[in-house]
Amino acid sequence: MPQPAAVPAPAAPVLQVEALTLAFGGVKALTGVGFSVQPGSITAVIGPNGAGKTSLFNTISGFYRPSAGRVLFEGADITRTPAPQRAKLGLARSFQNIALFRGMTVLDNIKLGRHAHLKTNVLEALFYVGRARREEAELRRDVEERIIDFLEIDHIRHAPVSALPYGLQKRVEMARALAMQPKVLMLDEPVAGMNREETEDMARFILDVRDEWGVTVLMVEHDMGMVMDLSDHVVVLNFGQVIAQGAPAHVQADPEVIRAYLGAGDVGDLRRKLRGEQTVAGVA
Amino acid sequence: MDWAYLFEISLTGVASGGLYALAALAFVLVYKATRVVNIAIGEMLMIGAYLFFTFSATFSLPIWAAVIGAVIGTGLLGAIVERTMIRPLLGEPPISVFMVTVGLASVLVGLVEIIWTADQRRLPEFLPNTPIMVGEAFLAPKVAYGALIAAGLIGAVLLVFRFWRGGVALRATASDQAAAYSMGINVPRVFSLAWVASAMIAAVAGIMVGAIGGISSTMGVFGLSVLVVVIVGGLDSVLGALIGGVFIGLVEALAGTFLGGEYKLLATFIVLVLVLMVRPYGLFGTHEIERL
Repeated sequence: MPQPAAVPAPAAPVLQVEALTLAFGGVKALTGVGFSVQPGSITAVIGPNGAGKTSLFNTISGFYRPSAGRVLFEGADITRTPAPQRAKLGLARSFQNIALFRGMTVLDNIKLGRHAHLKTNVLEALFYVGRARREEAELRRDVEERIIDFLEIDHIRHAPVSALPYGLQKRVEMARALAMQPKVLMLDEPVAGMNREETEDMARFILDVRDEWGVTVLMVEHDMGMVMDLSDHVVVLNFGQVIAQGAPAHVQADPEVIRAYLGAGDVGDLRRKLRGEQTVAGVA
Repeated sequence: MDWAYLFEISLTGVASGGLYALAALAFVLVYKATRVVNIAIGEMLMIGAYLFFTFSATFSLPIWAAVIGAVIGTGLLGAIVERTMIRPLLGEPPISVFMVTVGLASVLVGLVEIIWTADQRRLPEFLPNTPIMVGEAFLAPKVAYGALIAAGLIGAVLLVFRFWRGGVALRATASDQAAAYSMGINVPRVFSLAWVASAMIAAVAGIMVGAIGGISSTMGVFGLSVLVVVIVGGLDSVLGALIGGVFIGLVEALAGTFLGGEYKLLATFIVLVLVLMVRPYGLFGTHEIERL
């Protein structure tokens, strides 16, 4: 059946995860995880604690090597590509526990995001000529006029990052990731530990990153309200497996998800379910 | 108290502290980037001095060529050590890596004794011999030039690491490896870079130390004083290494003059104990490293 003209054909996914399995010794953190991220979308990965969300992130950004499966970025297999190369390709990430360079200023931190794209060599840098001057000027313009302005952190640009409150540090981390000129921005719990107001600010930034900067967003998040409001596509992980994925409304209605994650008293349910499965497996 | 004499002694102390500061900088560079305590820093310095000796005395190369040869050769040694001994131990407990560098020190001493024998040797004279007067005070020319070269090199290294991308990458790696890695910084290459740069700096320090006091297979004990310097100054603090170097140089000169040469080491180690008592963040104490 031909597709209705009003619905554009889905573009090739910018990021694809295929049958990803990650094991630490005998413990399987991920089992056959697969999903794809459409360009210009906001995709969220949710799941209870220990479901493997951060392991998944670390595998996609190249910190862990999967024992099976593939990661495709713009159609190319990057499963064996080292993390710094992935950064150059346009895969930027933030960390669950803020990983800023302490002892440096906000501006220095953000400018470091551009590191992978700079080509200045040691002599040019020392004498500040040629490419060094050009790259620095360009970087400064981009960082100062676009990124700092966009994230509303102009007032703290020369402050040392370690002195900043938590919410602002998260914002600086996002600024640094944007300085990497990413195609896909991976955010690991962008609003964890934030109050209502900070969460709303961050949600607005995430939407703007997608709408104004054209950057695809892949995030891990616990804040259900935010995930359901922002996301186009939600992937639910539980015990290292994808138990559901689709549009927020679809996922929210999925009985499996409700049982595993959203429903009240889910911890007891989960335990019972897990024990039941193990017993069955043991008997079999 | 003869103030002019005291000034002269202090001047000598500060000047010889310059070489401590240089060697300490080599140590701190590796520690900062890779968290490896390189106990073999004194022996790497010795290799630099012996390579210089070989190039200048045995092969009769001009001094500048011998210096370049020694620096490159020692840098190569640093690269080999990092690649074959340190990198395979990535993720192992710090004490294991530490013990490997202890072993490395013995291996290097053995190597020197096999190749060059255990005899003491003198480096060819390459520094001007005219005494240097600072006001009324006399300063031994070799010590003075050693300090000048140390200061110049330290300045250059600091500039490079302040303004060059690779230096920024090194500081970023020292601050947060995971973040640096995800930022497109090739962390393993930064590790190599730190070892090579450290070995090269050590080579220059070794040549200067050798020029002042001659070279032998035991000149690695210079590394002991360097260790005191970096513990006093703070293992990962460049500024600490510089201040610590000058400070220990001063203590040694004063102790050597007013107490006698045999009290030099005693005095430095008393300083070390006192510093550790006030700031008890010893070698493997905590992750909190104090700066002087």
